[in-house]
Order: sequence, then structure tokens, then C-alpha cells
Amino acid sequence: MNTAARTAVRSRFTLSRDVMQAFYRLLGVVLLCAILATLSDVFLTTNNILNVLRQSALLFLMASGLTLVILTAGLDLSIGANVALSACLAASVIKITGSPLLGMATGIGCGAVIGLANGILVTALRIPSFIATYGMMWMLTGVTYYYMAGETIHGFPPEFRQLGSGYLLGVPMPVYVMVLFLLIGGLFAQRTVWGQQIYAIGANPVTARLSGVPVERRLVLVYAVSGAMAGLASLIILARINSAQGDIGEDLTLPAIAAVLVGGTSLFGGSGTVAGTLIGALILTLVLNAMNLLQINSSWQPLVTGVIVLLAVWIDTRARRIGE
Amino acid sequence: MSTRGFSLAALPVARVPGVAIVLVVLCAGFGVTSPGFATPANIANILTQSTILLLLALPMTVIIMTEGLDLSIGAVLTFASIVLAVTVIATGSPTLAFLAALGVGLCFGLGNGVLIAVFDIPPFITTLGTLGIAQGLSLLVTDGQSVVGIPRSIEQIYSGTAAGIPFPIIIAALAYFITHALLYHTRFGTYVFALGGNREALRVAGISVRGMLIRVYVFGGLMAGFAALLMTARLNSAHPTAGIGMEFDAIAAVAVGGTSFERGNGWLLGTLLGVIAVGVLRNGLNLLAVPSSVQVACIGALVIVALFIDGMRAER
Repeated sequence: MNTAARTAVRSRFTLSRDVMQAFYRLLGVVLLCAILATLSDVFLTTNNILNVLRQSALLFLMASGLTLVILTAGLDLSIGANVALSACLAASVIKITGSPLLGMATGIGCGAVIGLANGILVTALRIPSFIATYGMMWMLTGVTYYYMAGETIHGFPPEFRQLGSGYLLGVPMPVYVMVLFLLIGGLFAQRTVWGQQIYAIGANPVTARLSGVPVERRLVLVYAVSGAMAGLASLIILARINSAQGDIGEDLTLPAIAAVLVGGTSLFGGSGTVAGTLIGALILTLVLNAMNLLQINSSWQPLVTGVIVLLAVWIDTRARRIGE
Repeated sequence: MSTRGFSLAALPVARVPGVAIVLVVLCAGFGVTSPGFATPANIANILTQSTILLLLALPMTVIIMTEGLDLSIGAVLTFASIVLAVTVIATGSPTLAFLAALGVGLCFGLGNGVLIAVFDIPPFITTLGTLGIAQGLSLLVTDGQSVVGIPRSIEQIYSGTAAGIPFPIIIAALAYFITHALLYHTRFGTYVFALGGNREALRVAGISVRGMLIRVYVFGGLMAGFAALLMTARLNSAHPTAGIGMEFDAIAAVAVGGTSFERGNGWLLGTLLGVIAVGVLRNGLNLLAVPSSVQVACIGALVIVALFIDGMRAER
């Protein structure tokens, strides 16, 4: 009874702390926008704002699945390579069959199967997730390069391209997809038993197991979801740029990880939200957008993203130490 | 001593069959399928080509033994190679260039070590961040282009021989024996084993865990600097993507060699055999004209097989 009460108090406290942190991050977004608006004339144009929204939608889709993985104190380094293979397979299927629906099923299915394989490596073979998914990343890259053999597949039916470059009521389609998955992801994580079990695994896998959580099955699920979201993201990229190449998602893994961490999800598991990741994705996209607008050499991007990741984890580590 | 003390499973020897079986199977398989494989020239070729990987896999073994990881080692190797090439072209002094490459390795090793030990950031995310930094710097310095026009004196470090033995093999052998001596015959080595197995004991004994961790990552950075010399000499140029992914081969070699990611126990000879196994696999697949992209997938499969055997052993 006493512990239950304390847990209730603590969870209410955590919630309010989460809300405050989200507030600070939103403040950060507003500040970034204000700075960008003063630095560049182009920033506040409708075109650029829609572009930022579309970019952050893409980053969010990859990062939302990853958020669940990181909530379990795991990591999925294969999502960028997953995007590449899923996009290329989906592109082939659309080209061969002419059916966007079959292509979309292929893309998401391919992503999910890759995620499933990650989950099996992590649970059945007990390989630490960052090593298993890192190996998976290189294997997928190899398979994709071999499959594409330097070729490009381009030119997809207009109805499929709508998914990436279309508008509805003046808002880009990917933004609707983003909002849809923000709702699904948020509800799943906060309002379902499975979602809460994922938090429990991240907070303390031993306690979770003793409390009857099927840890292995939930972990496999989480990696499969992360893979499927990468597959979905690959479709949006495909529809947007209208071509598939072997190196399509290569540069997206680090920004996606950065988005999750900047969004307040702890690398050590058990705390964070999908909504936070959306803010993280916005911040990351704004930073990269700023570098584009200010015409900073794109070679700076991996460097800046790397520094952002390190800073975010450092802050997280400090916060935890203070919390203890 | 109980009879358990004599059980084979308790000795590191129990690992010999694992890596050795993998090696024998690979050699037999390629020996049968490609006639060019089992020639003295090709075997010398495999060993020479494996030297760069060994220089990375040795510190990787030590790092993984401390329950750490260095994902940045390939990108640091690349950046060090670029700095080496740029310096030797600008100054004409190979010595200065080599020192510059070592300096790059030292800086990144120190950076990794400090972030991990002092700032308490998990090793895989630290080195993922520094990987991005090293990669960005490589692209910035070269603008994505190859650095060419390196003097012959550098190239000879890879192609030259002493008493009929190629220089790279001598360098790699030296590196192996030095690491072996460090790991098994110095206090540093004992502490490394303790860092993975029993960190608390080190603390209680009054040893600075932070200092030890920093040293381990500095060792990794310096070895990447050494490897940069060999790689630049081999390619006779430096390219911003030349060493990308080398950390994957290094981690694979360590894993195939039987060093555990969790229990903090490692085996340096196993890593040597693992490096040769990866080298044999790459070489054999090359002879069979398998594209390098597929080779990566094969190495991944090799690791999974090795870890699977490792896992089965652990359960038994």
C-alpha cells in the first residue's frame, strides 16, 4: 500500500517533470526558429517551413520506432541500412508489378523482417543490441549494394508519389503520416499494457521478468516495430525523391538516434516519450536546415550530429546522477 | 585442485577448436573450390593483407575485454591516413607525417577515453559520436577527393621486405607481441582483465578505473594511427572512405576469436586466428569473384555462427 502510494506520487512527479522537459524543448524549438528567422530571409517562407515539416516527419517516423527500442535500453543502428534495402526492394516491386500497394507491403514487410532478425539476434543469441544491429547494418548495406549493382530505379506512378510529395489542404502528406503515428505510438506506449511493459523492461529487466513480463517477446516486438517503421520511412523517401539507390538511407541513422536522445528519451532505458521524439526530430531538422540555409558545407553534418548525440547523452547522464 | 580444474572447458584451450575449426573449414572449402587459393604466394598475400586488420583488432580485443567498444576506430584510421598523406605532401617528411597520424589517433583515443571514463557516456554511443566527427573531418579536409602524390618512401613501408619477410608482417608481429606482453605480463594487463570482470575490485584496490579506461582507448587510437601508416602505404593514397567499416571487420575478428562481449574475458591468440579467418574469408571470396558487398554479409554470418557456438558452450 505504502509502496503503491509512493509509486503513484512518483509517477505523477515524473509526469510533471516530463511535461516541464517537453516545455523546455518546445521553448528550444521556438528559440531556434527565432534565431533562424533573423539569420536567414528564406527561413520563414512557406516553402521552407513545409520543407522542414516534411523532413522532420521523415526523421520522426524512423526515430519513433527507435524510441521504443531505446526505451528498453537497447539500440537499433541498422535503421538507415534498413531504409536502403526496403526502399530498393519496394522500388523493384513497384516497377515489376506496377502496383504501389504491393510495393508498399514489400517495403514495410522487408523492414519488419529485418527488425525481427535483430530481435532474434538480441534475445535468442544474447548479442548486445548495439553490436547485433551494427553487424546487421553492414550486412544490409552489402546486400543492398549487391542487389542494386550501382543501378538507380526511378519513375514511380503518380498516386504512389503522392505519399511523399503530395499535399492535402496545403500540408504535405508525410506530415499527416507523422501525426497518425504520433497518436498510435503515444497511445501504445502510454495507454497499453504492452507499452508499459516496454518501459518496465527498460527500467529494470530483472524486475520486469519477475513481474511476469514476457521480456523476450516484447523485445522482439520492439525491434520488429523499429524495422517496420524504417520500412515505412523508406516508402516516404522513395515517393518523395522518385528514385532508389543503394546509398539512400545511409546518412539517416545518426540523426534519428540524435532525435530520440534530444527528445529526452534516456539511452539507459525506461524513460522518455514518443512525443518527445517528435520535438527532437524538429530540433534536429531545424539545425540541419539552418546549416543548409546558411550554406555551410554539408560535410559538417555528420560532425555536428555526432556532437549533438554526445551532448544529449552527457546531459542525460548528469541528470541521472543528480537523480540518484 | 578439484577435477573440475582439469576440465577442458575451464581452460582457454577450449576455445582453440572453435576458431580453428572455422579456419580449417574455410581453408578446406576455398582450397577445393579455387585452385589459386592454396599457393604460397596467395597465403603470403592473405597474411600481408591481414596486417592492417590485426593492428585494429588487437586494441579492439583489449577494449571489448573492458566491456567497451570502439566503433570510431575505422573512421579514426581514415582521418589519420588523410592527415598523414596531407602532411607528407606538404612537408616532405615521412617521420613528421607519421607523428601527425599518431597524434590524430592519440587525440581521438584520449577524447573517447575521457568521454567514457570521466563523463560516463556509454562506449558505443561515445564512439558512434566520434565516428561521426572523424568522418566529418575527413570529408572536410579532402572535400570528398582522394589525396594522391605520396612519395615512394611511404609506399615502401608496405611493399618492402627485410630478410625476405614483408615489412607489414614484421610490424604486425611486433604489435602482436607487444600487446601480448602488455596484456599477460604487466600490471596494465591484469587491470584490463579486472576492468571487465571485476571493476569493483580495482576500485577497492585503489587503482584509478578512469585512468585505466582512458589508457585503453588511447591504446586503440594510437594503433589506429599505426594502421594508418600501413593503409596509406598500401593504397599509395588517402581517401575519405578508405577505412570506413574496418571497425566491423575488427569487431568480427575479435568475436570470431572468442572474446566475449559480456564477461570481460578475452584471448589474444584467438583474435589473431579470428583476423586470419576474416582475411581467408575475404581472400577466398575474392578469388571466387564474390563482390565485396556480399563479403560483408558473409563476415556477419561468420560472426553469428561463432557467437552461436560461443553461446552453446556457455550454456553447457
